[in-house]
Amino acid sequence: MRPSILSRGGTDAPGATGDHLEARGVHVRLGGRPVLRDVDLAVGPGELVALVGPNGAGKSTLLSVLAGDLTPDAGQVLLGGEPLHRLPARRLARRRSVLPQSQRLAFSFPAEEVVRMGRSPWWRTPHEQDDDRAVAVALAAADVRHLAVRAYPRLSGGERARTDLARVLAQDTGVVLLDEPTAALDLRHQQSVLATARRLADAGGVVVVVLHDLGLAGAWADRVVVLRDGEVRADGAPSDVLVPALVEEVYGLPVAVVEVGGRPVVVPVRRQSEERA
Amino acid sequence: MTAVEPRPAALDRPASAGQVAAHPAAGRRRGARGLALVGLALALLAAVVLAAGTGQLEVPPSEVLGSLLHRVGIDVLPLPTHPLGDVTLWTVRFPRVAMAVVAGAALASAGALMQGVFGNPLAEPAVVGVSAGAAVAAATVISLGLTFAGSWSVPLAAFAGGLATTLLVYLLSRDHGRTEVVTLVLTGIAVNAVANAGLAFLLFWSDTSAREEITFWTLGSLNGARWAQVAVVAPMVGAGLLAALALARPLDLLALGDRAARHVGVDVERLRLVAVVVVAVLTAGAVAFCGVVSFVGLVVPHLVRLVAGPGHRFLLPASALGGALLLVLADLGARTLISYADLPLGMLTSLVGGPFFFWLLRRARAGAGGWS
Repeated sequence: MRPSILSRGGTDAPGATGDHLEARGVHVRLGGRPVLRDVDLAVGPGELVALVGPNGAGKSTLLSVLAGDLTPDAGQVLLGGEPLHRLPARRLARRRSVLPQSQRLAFSFPAEEVVRMGRSPWWRTPHEQDDDRAVAVALAAADVRHLAVRAYPRLSGGERARTDLARVLAQDTGVVLLDEPTAALDLRHQQSVLATARRLADAGGVVVVVLHDLGLAGAWADRVVVLRDGEVRADGAPSDVLVPALVEEVYGLPVAVVEVGGRPVVVPVRRQSEERA
Repeated sequence: MTAVEPRPAALDRPASAGQVAAHPAAGRRRGARGLALVGLALALLAAVVLAAGTGQLEVPPSEVLGSLLHRVGIDVLPLPTHPLGDVTLWTVRFPRVAMAVVAGAALASAGALMQGVFGNPLAEPAVVGVSAGAAVAAATVISLGLTFAGSWSVPLAAFAGGLATTLLVYLLSRDHGRTEVVTLVLTGIAVNAVANAGLAFLLFWSDTSAREEITFWTLGSLNGARWAQVAVVAPMVGAGLLAALALARPLDLLALGDRAARHVGVDVERLRLVAVVVVAVLTAGAVAFCGVVSFVGLVVPHLVRLVAGPGHRFLLPASALGGALLLVLADLGARTLISYADLPLGMLTSLVGGPFFFWLLRRARAGAGGWS
């Protein structure tokens, strides 16, 4: 199965899936401070994994390591069994795409051109002829078709985030890494982004999403990985991980977990002292 | 919890894609850009003919064209009627105009390329001190009378100086994959200051003839351009332009920033290195014999971007043609604005480019990007 937005074949082809993404014993130090400590994480085809945790827990760092931006000080990341750092940038770009937390653009390209940039790994290949179609489909899927001719730097934060998502979708890779894709979005677009991620996973893709919203993580992810102080504190199904004891321990905040439609929803509980204040 | 599924079908049904894919404007835009390039080329040709015919000895455009065509074996237009017309054209005017074309194309495309590499619309070889760095190296060679490579000595030194300065500025002004406007401008001030101090020392230390050569070099002038010089510079610039065009698409991606560019498959380090070398080749090629000619690399790419957007596949060739056009006209002004005087070309371009740079700074500050 392929999550391809277009039907195409081949191993190194748009939307080709089957790659496992695996971090083994990853240690990262930044500025002398350990940011990730002995992190193991394996994500297989068809899985949507949410990375959650408090600020500074190492979520974005872990995503950078998984993306190949950051070479771990110890341990390694394997993509389809191959060490990530041995893959040339272009070959890697055909197999994994990354949505950064915030994106800036040096020049005033129109949104559609920015989305088209996602197609660059397929330039000068036979798949190049699908560019127009892939861009159009991605624009529609991220609900930014009406912004196509607008200059990217003049878009709002949420519109930019969705345009970036469209760029990632246009890249059409089996492994998709999203760093807080919902941070700037309204309620409806938050849901639609996660629905898109879900669909990519259902079609056989590997999808890793950094999320702050435990509700979204509980509602959409197959697995929730909780990071705390650079370590994996828990890794499992949402209903196993998002339990009051664990969330309270990690976030230092009393919570209640209610179930909506068979999915856990985490709600902070106000303390008596706060009630009075 | 009910999930909102906005456009679920779009991902699964390629058939529906065809309807949204056709962007009728895209094809028309490409056609319009092709026409714009042809238009620029024709304007350049007209400027060349005009510039070659203008001066103390006036040659009408038809005779200029006639003389050009005669050389390639086509005799349809009249030859210059003045007894010295043909000689003047071929020994004085044409080499000078040819040098203006080559240098203008090189400077403008180097500017466009540099702005792409720095991801910053204010990067320009002269503003960030690359021209000054090349000047110091060239002045050193002139001052010491070095002839290690014959007539190539000065351009070679300018090339090395330009390359070293470009790399230096690049390393000094980059931080986390991007260049802040303030950092870039301040780096330029620092590099220019040091280079000017070096030039001042060389001027002080040189003998009279070397001093004169250095002075004219730094003022920027096409006076006395010879075919031999054009023959040295043109291949450098031609190769540089071809290399620049080959980098056009990856340069577009670099606008995303280093990290995101890498995510879509750009080998950022290699692209950057190649582009910086190409910038140095183009800049050094231009300044080697013309001296420091500022702001062409800033003004031209900006005008092109304002009209046709930031895509490098159009920006680079259009900037090359526009830069050539601008420098041919500027040089025409330099030698005709005041009778019997050859104004420094660099002075003229700075006179126009300085206020333009100021306007751009104000614009960048007021725009969405702020100072960064």
